[in-house]
Amino acid sequence: MTVIGGGIAGLCAAIAARRGGAAVRLLEAAPQPLRGGNTRHGRNFRLTHETPLEHVPDRYTADELRAELRSVTGDGTDQVLTELLIERAHSIAGWLIEHGVHLQPPGTGVMPYSRRTAFPLGGGKAMINALYATADRLGIAISYDSEARSLLRAEDEGWTISVRSAGADDSIRTRSVVVCAGGPGADPAWLSDNFGSAAEGWMVRGTPYSDGRLLDLLIAAGGCAIGDPTTCHAVPVDARGPQFDGGIVTRITSIPLGLVVDRSGARIDVAGAGSQPTHYAKWGPKIAICPGQIAYLLLDAAGLARAAPSALAPVTAPNLGELAAALQIDPTGLLQSIEDFNAAPVNAARPIAVPPFAAYPMRPGLTFVHYGIKVDATMRVVQADGHRHDDLFAAGMIMAANVLRRGYLAGLGITLSAVFGQIAGEEAARHVRG
Amino acid sequence: MSAADKMSEAERVLRICSACMYCDGLCPVFPVIDGKHSFSLSDVSYLSNLCHNCQGCWHDCQYAPPHPFAVNLPATFAELRQRSYADHLWPPALGRVFRASSLAVPATVALALLITFGLVLDTDSSALLTAHAGEGAFYRVLPWPAMAGLAGGTFAWAVIAVTLATLRYWHTIAPQVTVREIVRALPAALSDIITLRHLGGGGPGCHDHDERTSQRRRILHHLTAGGFVLNGLSTIAASAYHHLLGVVAPSPVASLSVMLGLVGGVTMTVGAVGLLALEARSDREPSDRGETRLNVAFLILLALVGASGLAVLGFRSTPAMGLLLTTHLGLVFGLFAALPFSKALHAPFRAAALLRVAIDSRRRTLARAPEASGDTP
Ligand SMILES: Cc1cc2nc3c(=O)[nH]c(=O)nc-3n(C[C@H](O)[C@H](O)[C@H](O)COP(=O)(O)OP(=O)(O)OC[C@H]3O[C@@H](n4cnc5c(N)ncnc54)[C@H](O)[C@@H]3O)c2cc1C
Ligand code: SF4
Ligand code: SF4
Repeated sequence: MTVIGGGIAGLCAAIAARRGGAAVRLLEAAPQPLRGGNTRHGRNFRLTHETPLEHVPDRYTADELRAELRSVTGDGTDQVLTELLIERAHSIAGWLIEHGVHLQPPGTGVMPYSRRTAFPLGGGKAMINALYATADRLGIAISYDSEARSLLRAEDEGWTISVRSAGADDSIRTRSVVVCAGGPGADPAWLSDNFGSAAEGWMVRGTPYSDGRLLDLLIAAGGCAIGDPTTCHAVPVDARGPQFDGGIVTRITSIPLGLVVDRSGARIDVAGAGSQPTHYAKWGPKIAICPGQIAYLLLDAAGLARAAPSALAPVTAPNLGELAAALQIDPTGLLQSIEDFNAAPVNAARPIAVPPFAAYPMRPGLTFVHYGIKVDATMRVVQADGHRHDDLFAAGMIMAANVLRRGYLAGLGITLSAVFGQIAGEEAARHVRG
Repeated sequence: MSAADKMSEAERVLRICSACMYCDGLCPVFPVIDGKHSFSLSDVSYLSNLCHNCQGCWHDCQYAPPHPFAVNLPATFAELRQRSYADHLWPPALGRVFRASSLAVPATVALALLITFGLVLDTDSSALLTAHAGEGAFYRVLPWPAMAGLAGGTFAWAVIAVTLATLRYWHTIAPQVTVREIVRALPAALSDIITLRHLGGGGPGCHDHDERTSQRRRILHHLTAGGFVLNGLSTIAASAYHHLLGVVAPSPVASLSVMLGLVGGVTMTVGAVGLLALEARSDREPSDRGETRLNVAFLILLALVGASGLAVLGFRSTPAMGLLLTTHLGLVFGLFAALPFSKALHAPFRAAALLRVAIDSRRRTLARAPEASGDTP
């Protein structure tokens, strides 16, 4: 059998299938140093536990997870899949440890403990490295730099996948396919098809390889789409960062400490964004509708001193006039906005008064789209006509919209992808073993 | 890269790390930079000695090349670490010698060997190749005053120069502390120094040459350093025998000094050879050629000292004894003489940095509330 995509979902599917007795091949579009998709950028994952675990203190029950999920997704999520996720969110840490992943003991490093999530030691890439090493040891054939470009039903049974591997075209016959190619959205063309011209100013926080091609192929082959391709989780990111793969460090975290203006210098605000961690998800869409999809966070020296560092140092100037010039925004509008703001600063902010002044230019950074392919409880792709192939599976962010129709819970992406990846792998192995 | 370029590269990379912190569980570097927006020369001097190049943050880095951010923290630190040695050497003029360490160390050792052989031949040219036995046999090869003079002189030089360099370094990195704070932090610092707690990438071990981890480096480091200490104790024991008990070297095989020397010699040699093997296999990208040369020069020297010491013990009743003893002594004097501008500086500098970490972490109250962060994406 063949697994397409080498993020957490693909690795869990491949390892579970191999352990289930199948011969497994893993296709990863990225070259080896960039393998691991968005999972590379993940920091922690959510898990349930009734009692304290070695790596997660306190307790976090299935009921709590159920309630929290419901509060963000509302109606319309697939209840069967949601229950599967909640049930398996219990065993995920143990499974990962068993397959070579090291978790960070609480109280080490600087991360405050979290009873909801566990932290892989060294982050997502360390976890990915460990799983690749395990996959290799188990005898899974791993091909890097190998992008699946089409998926065709073979005459009798199974599938033919055409692969572009290190520049050369190849084709693979396989009895079963598990598609774990990640959520769509990393392709500028895919983005502008779904978000229109507004997508021009967007940045993609994750891998450029999760480009939506496989999702399009599945839909073209009759698969049933689910969710809304025009809603997504987007956060403010530094406009000067790389177009792709900026990950966590380009996120602009200090909005509650300052004032946001658009390029005309006019103040913009998000009602109720507050200073909760969830404010990020509210600011991304807001910046997306600013002219030119750009906005600027302004801080003074005192605000900057309280701000968390981000990858690129802010633009600074000794006075507001020079700052406006450096940012190429209208100085009159800017001064007016600051005057108004200083009369009544919001949230945790204080007046912007102490030079030197600083600014971060911000764009919306796409994290994931609430859109994907419909699957059943065995992760088989559901066709628009309700029919399904018994040898075509999808797992991970590509099917996350079955559960996450809107909203997001911190650390759920990896858990969801790991859980559904494992199920897909187990089912696919069961199928090929007959 | 010029010194200014190195500094701005360090600033750039450390800024990304302090925004990221995914590696915060790997080693003490990360908690120290948490929340920092800018870094000074004394910061990087401190940080670079907290890094012992386990390469964990290289393999685990989501921004390692070919990512456009091209973060390579271990290589950045390796360069800065050498700079921190060179900048603090005493006498300061040694800085230049240090920069050519891979030449200076062998040259110093060769000179020490030359002098030792010269003295032996000058005293009694037949001593080299005749069998000597019984009490005082060693001093028939090199008379006691010469031996004690060279050993004492080079050793005193090493101690003074290394101590002063370390004090200069401490002066650079030391926070405003009271003696009391230092004393309170000492137990934690000593335990980190002795157990090599951090030589393990936060638990799984170091990346000796690829993404797999192992404890080999930690074990070999323990053997090398432990062997070095045992050899020192053996020398102290031997002089105690000589001066207090009147037992003149070579001591009997069953004596404390010979046993310590035997065990110490074996462990130090095995450790140093093992570390050399790791060095030969290690990834070049996250390391620095200058540092590799420093390590290799020092490890070869330690291995030679250990092996020649064992050879003296093994062949001390044969005609080869004179030659072996002279070589061994020359190497020991050379080791002491070269110590202040060799990789040996790593030990006291790292110990100083660990002391500072212990002080810092006593001070650091966990400012962030539980669940306040870690809330990604
Ligand atoms: C910046 C950032 C931070 C995040 N932080 C967290 C966090 O802390 N906790 C959390 O739970 N979640 C987090 N997430 C979300 C999380 O990363 C995803 O939910 C998870 O990684 C999805 O896993 P996946 O295997 O489905 O997809 P991915 O990890 O994206 O993997 C998809 C893989 O498919 C490959 N691929 C795509 N197309 C093809 C093709 N045609 N042929 C072959 N291979 C192909 C890609 O190269 C890639 O390796 C974060 C996301 C981002 C962007
Ligand atoms: S080395 Fe890379 S992954 Fe680790 S903290 Fe620095 S930037 Fe983050
Ligand atoms: S190489 Fe190891 S010791 Fe050095 S900074 Fe990275 S994790 Fe820390």
